[in-house]
Amino acid sequence: MGGATTDLKLIDEKGLRIDGRRPDELRPLKIEAGVLKRADGSAYVEWGENKVLAAVYGPRECHPRHMQNPTRAIVQCNYNMASFSVSDRKRPGPDRRSQEISKILSEALEHVVLTHLFPRTSIDVYIEVLQANAGTRCAGLTAASVALADAGIPMRDLIASCAAGKVADTIVLDLRNEEDNFGSADVPLGLVPRTGEIVLLQMDGDLSVEEFKTALSMSTDACHRIYAIQKEALRKKYCVAPAVIPAEVANAIHDVATEKPQGSDVPPNEMPGNLKEGVQ
Amino acid sequence: MNETEESKEEARQDSERELVLPGDFITDGKFRAGSGTYMDNGKIYASTLGIKSIRSDFVNVVPLAGQYIPKVGDQVIGIVMDMGPSNWLVDINSPYPAPMHINEAPWRVDFGDTARYLKVGEVILARIFMVDEVKHVQVSMKDHGLRKLQGGQILEISHSKVPRVIGRNGSMIEMIKNSTNCRIIVGQNGRIWVDGEIDSIDNAVKAIRLIEVEAQSIGLTERLKEFLENIQKEKKV
Repeated sequence: MGGATTDLKLIDEKGLRIDGRRPDELRPLKIEAGVLKRADGSAYVEWGENKVLAAVYGPRECHPRHMQNPTRAIVQCNYNMASFSVSDRKRPGPDRRSQEISKILSEALEHVVLTHLFPRTSIDVYIEVLQANAGTRCAGLTAASVALADAGIPMRDLIASCAAGKVADTIVLDLRNEEDNFGSADVPLGLVPRTGEIVLLQMDGDLSVEEFKTALSMSTDACHRIYAIQKEALRKKYCVAPAVIPAEVANAIHDVATEKPQGSDVPPNEMPGNLKEGVQ
Repeated sequence: MNETEESKEEARQDSERELVLPGDFITDGKFRAGSGTYMDNGKIYASTLGIKSIRSDFVNVVPLAGQYIPKVGDQVIGIVMDMGPSNWLVDINSPYPAPMHINEAPWRVDFGDTARYLKVGEVILARIFMVDEVKHVQVSMKDHGLRKLQGGQILEISHSKVPRVIGRNGSMIEMIKNSTNCRIIVGQNGRIWVDGEIDSIDNAVKAIRLIEVEAQSIGLTERLKEFLENIQKEKKV
């Protein structure tokens, strides 16, 4: 924002944007659930040129102890951008911006998770931005809620998230990098689609009340489309279709059978891990 | 119920399996919200990713993932993590560590003498003896069959797959025990102890992994039977 100027024509004569999208069009979104073996739950999101990985651990014992809440679980979210995620190398480590995003995403997720079921524990969500092209907090939140569901954590609903903003005097959906930098407003939204509750809403830049309402209805509508993609991703991973599994399993079982014969000198505690890797 | 009827029954249940995701509408009105669900405005929604199941007037969602949450009466396999003068701290594969007081041990333990009976890293078969509202857990070994587990191997599966591994009235686990000649104990917390000849342990572990991977698929009993028969054939050759 900041009123930077550019020679770029952000909206052309036909009303299309620099990447050829209509004002109310999303960038292509791809979600995959359960991509990490070591985490309790995970999700990978490719949203335009954004690439975001989310991993969930827990509920697990909360450390340090003074952070524990005796009546419910706490949700600790950690948003981090990889040093190679932007064109100028980002100095690694938490900064003002990522601390803020971690905080607001924790609060958004805490709102849907049924925290009272797990007193004294912590549910840890790690969001890693591998490649950034504006709208990473929305991509992160979208990924995180899929990862939470994948981890089997009870919650009231998934959260879908999308931004809308104002570019060259037009209200547009899902801003990309150039639009974010040279546009005049950006409004990220996090929505609980079933009830329509808003769990994340920020605004950078200015909009009139009318413009704001248009932007909000545009992104609310988009969140419902994103919600469908999130559910699809989870269904795909947990499908009950029997025809798909057996071949895969047969191979996996075969692999274990032909792999290393287990010697008696292997300590029993190490066995589960080894075997797990072999089969999965 | 004989075996074919049993697998028919299983197939019938299988065909009705429906995957639900958090926030999915399940039903309204006459049912009561069971585990894995919540009620909002008189309607029941799923809170957990899992399989919908209706038992009498309750709607439940059987989870497909998630941590083990201790329940009073569960038999679990624990690993001793730490000890104090009057108790041991047992890891029961859940977010909550479980202390076991010396009075709950099957031996007469003097104060400060805990190390003589159980050391860090040793494995016990225990029962969840108490869980309070803030999930303070206590385990006990004072019941028949509860003991220190020596020898054998421990494997871990997701606790949500334990009922599948055990099978209806223990049918699945009996099948594995009989055809591999192993001693197997399944803890509700997803830890399984297997002991026997090294080759038969290997086979039993493979059979359990097969159940784990295929837990939600249809006709699992048949495939497991086939798998175990193949193993026995190979043994004879």
